[in-house]
Amino acid sequence: MTLHVAAPPAERAAPPPPARGRRLLSWLDLRASGYVLVAPYFLLFAIFGVFPLVYTAWVSLHDWELAGDKTFLGLENYGYLISDPVFWNAVLNTIGIFALSTVPQLVLALMLANALNKRLRARLFLRLSILLPMVTSVVAVAVVFSQLYQRDYGLINWFLGLFGVDNIHWQGEKWSSWIAIASMVDWRWTGYNAIIYLAAMQTIPRDVYEAAELDGASPRRQFWQITVPMLRPTIIFTVFVSTIGGFTLFAEPMIFDGGLADGGTDGQFQTVAMLIYKEAFREFDYGYGAAAAWLLFALILIGALVNYSLARRIGGGK
Amino acid sequence: MSTATGSRVWHAGPLTKITLALGVLLSAFPLYFMIIIATRTNDEAVDVPPPLLPGGRLGENVQRLLDAEEAHFLLGLANSFIVAATVTLSVVAISTLAGFAFAKLRFRGAKVLLLTILITMMVPLQQMGVVPLYLMMVELEWNGTLKAVILPFLVNGFGVFMMTQYTTQAVPDELVEAARVDGAATMRIWWNVVLPAVRPGMAVLALLVFMQTWNEFMWPLVVLDPQNPTVQLSISNLNGQYTNDYPLIFMGTALSVVPLLFIFVLFGRQIVGGLMEGAVKA
Repeated sequence: MTLHVAAPPAERAAPPPPARGRRLLSWLDLRASGYVLVAPYFLLFAIFGVFPLVYTAWVSLHDWELAGDKTFLGLENYGYLISDPVFWNAVLNTIGIFALSTVPQLVLALMLANALNKRLRARLFLRLSILLPMVTSVVAVAVVFSQLYQRDYGLINWFLGLFGVDNIHWQGEKWSSWIAIASMVDWRWTGYNAIIYLAAMQTIPRDVYEAAELDGASPRRQFWQITVPMLRPTIIFTVFVSTIGGFTLFAEPMIFDGGLADGGTDGQFQTVAMLIYKEAFREFDYGYGAAAAWLLFALILIGALVNYSLARRIGGGK
Repeated sequence: MSTATGSRVWHAGPLTKITLALGVLLSAFPLYFMIIIATRTNDEAVDVPPPLLPGGRLGENVQRLLDAEEAHFLLGLANSFIVAATVTLSVVAISTLAGFAFAKLRFRGAKVLLLTILITMMVPLQQMGVVPLYLMMVELEWNGTLKAVILPFLVNGFGVFMMTQYTTQAVPDELVEAARVDGAATMRIWWNVVLPAVRPGMAVLALLVFMQTWNEFMWPLVVLDPQNPTVQLSISNLNGQYTNDYPLIFMGTALSVVPLLFIFVLFGRQIVGGLMEGAVKA
């Protein structure tokens, strides 16, 4: 790494005696620079991060419409939401799609990473290939997959037809729409997770494996007894990231629904994020949407905790 | 790398090869399929079984896409480019400065501030704050303008975190100390010592942020009008309006992915390297 230091070291021996004004300046420079440099971030964060969050809580306590009509309701929006079957249906869909997408995704990513960690030619080509989906936009993924899942001429139904399966209307049922949407998420993120796992695998010292080898442990056993336990922190990290992504799932089911926020005729695949969008920006009931946003946040916290305790157990942990 | 170990564990057996071949095939196929449909006629696109080779309608479908006025596809491309470039420049600048401060300057509260950033990275701000952000934009009469999709994305905790990590390992403390002894002010040190050393990290961050912003969907959908879309909105509108014209929709989709694929192929080595480095540090 090349570094260009302006002042040659010889000058260091005799710095000019600083005048008083300059001393004050350099004292200020030392004391205040840190704050000045991080200020832009925190300023923007206060305006576009903290303020909306707090304001969401405020809006959620009102019957709030765009024209500026607002009536204070207290916790009524939350009460309605909790007794609204549409909300719980959206919660169920979100969790279902999340589970269907995350579990296979992380298992496949582990398998791929393990394969990539072998002695291979064309490493870069392989890594780039499995990262391709991450580069593709969510909208593009959803558009292409929606066509692949099309009932009458989609490739997937044609392929299943070879095995005698009748054409499936993928949007029609809960289970089928969940699988279709989960597969879009899987396709986009499996490669990314594999690369993250691969990076972690490469930090495991090789002599650990050599010792196990001497003890006669099979490659499969080494994978489960060394690789997976050593990867636990990374697995927990990816589970966290997937939880946030999965609980806020929006673009895939929206496009799958042809741009409507209903999630199918009976809301088979309406996610919580879609419900927030629909309440706030189709029905213009901002208070209700804001309350749903806070409940979504609560769900994410619960989900993250549950997943954390599950992920900790992976690989025979405590 | 370490080919010294003759261990069975590192040997790529048939199972490994099959796994990787399937992985590559499944990763590439939907993109390949996109190109097939984008270069076919509408009749061919709904054939059963679907065609598996590209057709010859590339030019014709591009022309049809440009003629589809309600989609505003070119405007969408241009808008996305402006938005992604502006956000990228700003996030990289803000993150590099803050990363330098957190990695190399001592100031009271630095640890707490960095921890705040880490925690807020876990909060889905875009989805949670969507209602008040929208009300805010309406109040400022910025809804429908590019400002509305640029400003909220200037905040990126991941960027600060990544540049803090990168600066910590790329710039030796002694170098900063030496420059101080020479009487260089903080900004001078940043410019002359830090910036040259962290340039590779900045490049990786720039690529990641550009892709992320280019692909953004929910917030532009909320705050922009269909007449002045980003490219993702434009495709979504095509998808809604020309429901069964797959070649048209797929052509738009393909053209929206091409700039990213181009960047990805060009800088693939750096992106993979950056992702893997970041993963180990996290």
